[in-house]
Amino acid sequence: MLEIKCPYCGKRSQNEFSYGGDATVKRPDLEKEVSDKEWDDFLYYRKNPRGEHSELWHHVAGCRQWFKVLRSTITHEIFKTVKMNEEL
Amino acid sequence: MSEKFRLDKVGYINKNKKISFKFNGKKYFGYKGDTLASALLANGVHLIGRSFKYHRPRGFIGAGVEESNAHVQLYSGAKTEPNAMATTVELVEGLVAKSQNCFPSVSFDLGAINNFLSKFFPAGFYYKTFMWPKSFWYKIYEPVIRKAAGLGVAPLKPDPERYEHKYEYCDILIAGSGPSGLASALAAAKNGARVILAEDKPRFGGSLLTDEVTIGNKKGKDWADETIEQLKSMPNVIVKNRSQVFGYYDHNMTVMLERTKDHIENPSEYTPRQRLWYIRAKEVIISTGSIERPLVFGNNDRPGIMLASAAKEYMKVYGVLVGKKPIIFTNNDSGYDTAIDFKKNGVDPLVLDIRSNSEGSVVKEAKNLNIDIKFSYGVVNAIGYRKVNSALIGKLNDKKSGYESLESINCDCICVSGNWTPTVHLSSQSGNKLKFDEKINAFIPNQPRQNESTIGSANGLFTLKSTLEEGFKKGYDLSKKITDKDLKIPVPMSNERSYGKQDKFWCMPLPKNKQYKRCVDFQNDVYVSDIELAVREGFRSIEHVKRYTTLGMATDQGRTSNLNGLQLVSNIEKKIVPEVGHTTFRPPYTPVTIGAIVGREVGKYYRPTRKSPMHNWHENNNAVFVDAGLWLRPRYYKQDNETLAEAAKREATNVRNNVGICDVTSLGKIDIKGPDSAEFLNRIYTNAWKKLPIGKARYGVMLREDGIVFDDGTTTRISENHYHMTTTTAQAVNVLSHLEYYLQVVWPELNVNVLSITEQWAGVAVAGPNSRNLLKKLFPDTDVSKEGIPFMGFKEADLFGVPARIFRISFSGELAYELNVESGYGIFMWEKIMELGKEMNIEPYGTEALSTLRIEMGHVAGSEIDGRVIASDLSLDGMLSKKKDFIGKRSLKRKAFLNPEREKIVGVVPLDKKTMIPEGSHLVSDNNAKLPNPKLGHISASCWSVEYNNPFSLAILKDGKKKIGEKLFALAPLKNQSIPVKIVSSHYVDPKGERVRS
Ligand SMILES: [Zn+2]
Repeated sequence: MLEIKCPYCGKRSQNEFSYGGDATVKRPDLEKEVSDKEWDDFLYYRKNPRGEHSELWHHVAGCRQWFKVLRSTITHEIFKTVKMNEEL
Repeated sequence: MSEKFRLDKVGYINKNKKISFKFNGKKYFGYKGDTLASALLANGVHLIGRSFKYHRPRGFIGAGVEESNAHVQLYSGAKTEPNAMATTVELVEGLVAKSQNCFPSVSFDLGAINNFLSKFFPAGFYYKTFMWPKSFWYKIYEPVIRKAAGLGVAPLKPDPERYEHKYEYCDILIAGSGPSGLASALAAAKNGARVILAEDKPRFGGSLLTDEVTIGNKKGKDWADETIEQLKSMPNVIVKNRSQVFGYYDHNMTVMLERTKDHIENPSEYTPRQRLWYIRAKEVIISTGSIERPLVFGNNDRPGIMLASAAKEYMKVYGVLVGKKPIIFTNNDSGYDTAIDFKKNGVDPLVLDIRSNSEGSVVKEAKNLNIDIKFSYGVVNAIGYRKVNSALIGKLNDKKSGYESLESINCDCICVSGNWTPTVHLSSQSGNKLKFDEKINAFIPNQPRQNESTIGSANGLFTLKSTLEEGFKKGYDLSKKITDKDLKIPVPMSNERSYGKQDKFWCMPLPKNKQYKRCVDFQNDVYVSDIELAVREGFRSIEHVKRYTTLGMATDQGRTSNLNGLQLVSNIEKKIVPEVGHTTFRPPYTPVTIGAIVGREVGKYYRPTRKSPMHNWHENNNAVFVDAGLWLRPRYYKQDNETLAEAAKREATNVRNNVGICDVTSLGKIDIKGPDSAEFLNRIYTNAWKKLPIGKARYGVMLREDGIVFDDGTTTRISENHYHMTTTTAQAVNVLSHLEYYLQVVWPELNVNVLSITEQWAGVAVAGPNSRNLLKKLFPDTDVSKEGIPFMGFKEADLFGVPARIFRISFSGELAYELNVESGYGIFMWEKIMELGKEMNIEPYGTEALSTLRIEMGHVAGSEIDGRVIASDLSLDGMLSKKKDFIGKRSLKRKAFLNPEREKIVGVVPLDKKTMIPEGSHLVSDNNAKLPNPKLGHISASCWSVEYNNPFSLAILKDGKKKIGEKLFALAPLKNQSIPVKIVSSHYVDPKGERVRS
């Protein structure tokens, strides 16, 4: 079980959090024409890096804030956690 | 029966407390402090079980968790426990144990025929033989194999015991209380660190319990006892025996199993059987010691053959002689410790040493005691079926490839010492890639991946002096890093025997023309010939050899067999061991009961139960409850001998004709506040929200970003920047996370706050043509007329002093209202409504009547919003705004969603107007078509229409709108039903929606 540092609450066990996927995914701006491919990439296609991965976590059984985590997919080491409005 | 093998005045057991127990139906005696194994050995019982595959007789090989043979079934009935290690089961009065994997008895086992057929059961036999025909697998092969190669029998009744979980944090967790563990614990604790010291055995001290050493001029065991007392007295230290750290997970999370009950004579009703500790430590010190390896020779698995260290432990800890005519067979000096102990207890051992000589002081000591030692000798074959009675021994030639001479010697036990394997499991679990240490011929930890350090013999250090030095240093260094304190305690002086060099030779060759079985993995019954066969057949990777032969795959995790197997492969392959590599260790280190893993989360504690504030009223009024997620909701209120269907019909009819009341507290409620709330709702819902006036509610549909319908409900504008959202019971939790995601991650610029208020408000639906009349009585000072609260209107009002919210919304399709009050007033509201509604014949209705009402109205719910449908499938096209973007909108342009023949919602009526159509039935055009009959759609929900007094169902049907009026068949193969049906509109009752607006 991982130990994740919520930027608001501090270190907590993983079972208080839920995982929210790749933090770098951006919802396309729909004011412009969005191609099928662009939309499919946004909806379904994710990188599966071996190593550093920036991802979203939600402190569901805590402060209910979403935040960003930089984690190694090899060792599960967490290098950094930041609030949504901060850069990893 | 007397204990013929018990020594006087030796051991740490309590001779004043005699204990009786049963093994295989026979009564024996032992003492408090015995294990089942030591007590049986004291009684001369060696034969304890049968081997896994060939049903060969087996005895004890070890004295602790290294045991690979002595697995027994404890007790019977619900309390029975299979696969218990007799070497770790503590003796208590009335203990009942029996052998496993034998029929009809351990001494006469029919399965032993497998042994004589063993040439037909080589490695990979199952893979080769049972491949075909496929149909034979389930009926013939699998049941036979299971019966022949079973372990113990799992209990058939629920476990009556109680198990607990505990979470703990500390600076340093130390696993193992041998000299290195004690030293590091003392050094760290004295330097201010919060320490947990865990010992698997009942007694602390590890090797100090059996080794002839002194520390600080005290006997090793006395020093251990004093150190433990000192640690126990410190407030920053938790000391636990009977506690096995069995798993090492990410971020320095370890899991420990504490055995809290089975050893206690008269436990209280509330004593948990076991306690699972989740320990998050800043640093973990692994001082788990090492396990002796067996030597391999002909029939080396016969009862009476065990590790020399185990024989020593039985003597020194339990005062038990494992034999009176022992052979000590060794390739190193530690076997001599055991020989000396036998001699000192009045038994003459014969030592067979593979080496030509040794310089260790322990060998000199043995020689001085006139112990018979034969160098360059080894055991070739053990003789005796149920218990060893003699041995064929041989003088090895110079190359150790054969024998110069062979002779037979009587003996009653053979104690083998094939050197030591560090217990590196925890380190390996933590991610440490092990390295091979040539000097000790075994793997030791290398580079730690987490905050973990291995010390003592687990790290390949085998002298007490070096172990203590390392332990004190590690405890001090790590604690200094954490506490920033600098209190160092000196390493005490120690005395020990000196040990000479080991020989790496461990597997005795077969004499010419002999084919003795030589066992490598005792628990999984893997022999030298199996591994040779696997390599001959081309398996090279150790991972493949392991799986093909099952070497090291038993519950003992190969504690006594891994290295011997690796050495064998490396010998055959002419590689060095590190080139062969090693397999990965995984948790748990020792088997863990499922009960301990589950803990208290069983039965009604499996998950929380959510109840509405009116729950007790429902209970007192014969409600029959149904699970709705975590909620318990009244399904119907039973009167007399009513069935569910009858009750639902009665309750629903009363709503259609009169007025009913339903507890809707479980519907999700979300409070939404902030200046951008309207904009937010506009993006989340598919329809338009910016022009919703204050005091009005609106129905809304939410999609997932992939276009699939996510949830529906109403949202009410309470004031300028304040909204009240309702969700379905099932999706309440997910909708909140969904809203938070979009607010925090996607649109942080929106100034909106969302908060779950589901449990803060009690909710009821008051539905039926009489509901307005009832409301007039409930709110005499409020204008509840058609104009006062129009359809989809909202008002805050006073319910006899209680602030209430009135929403004119309807799920039943009747004129209806939902009333909310703060939870604490829920029961007041409910009872007031029942009281004032009495003269209108109000009746409560449950979820079954609620379903009936919504189904015949064609209102969709969870059975239609099943994660596969889009809005137009549910005839909700009109809800999709063309003017604005909303979550999921772009996905609706995807090809599959534009297909005009998609499945659409319709109504279904059986032609006979009598037969209820089972939910889940498939709709087909030809009920006699060849299988698989092409499916056109499925029945999503069924009810007895109280409006028309015949069955009615909703269905999702391919190109459904065009099929209205057609006749199809509803097939329910599980119920063997084929029902002719007619497709109708899904809006079966009041299609124009006049009643809700009345
Ligand atoms: Zn938090």
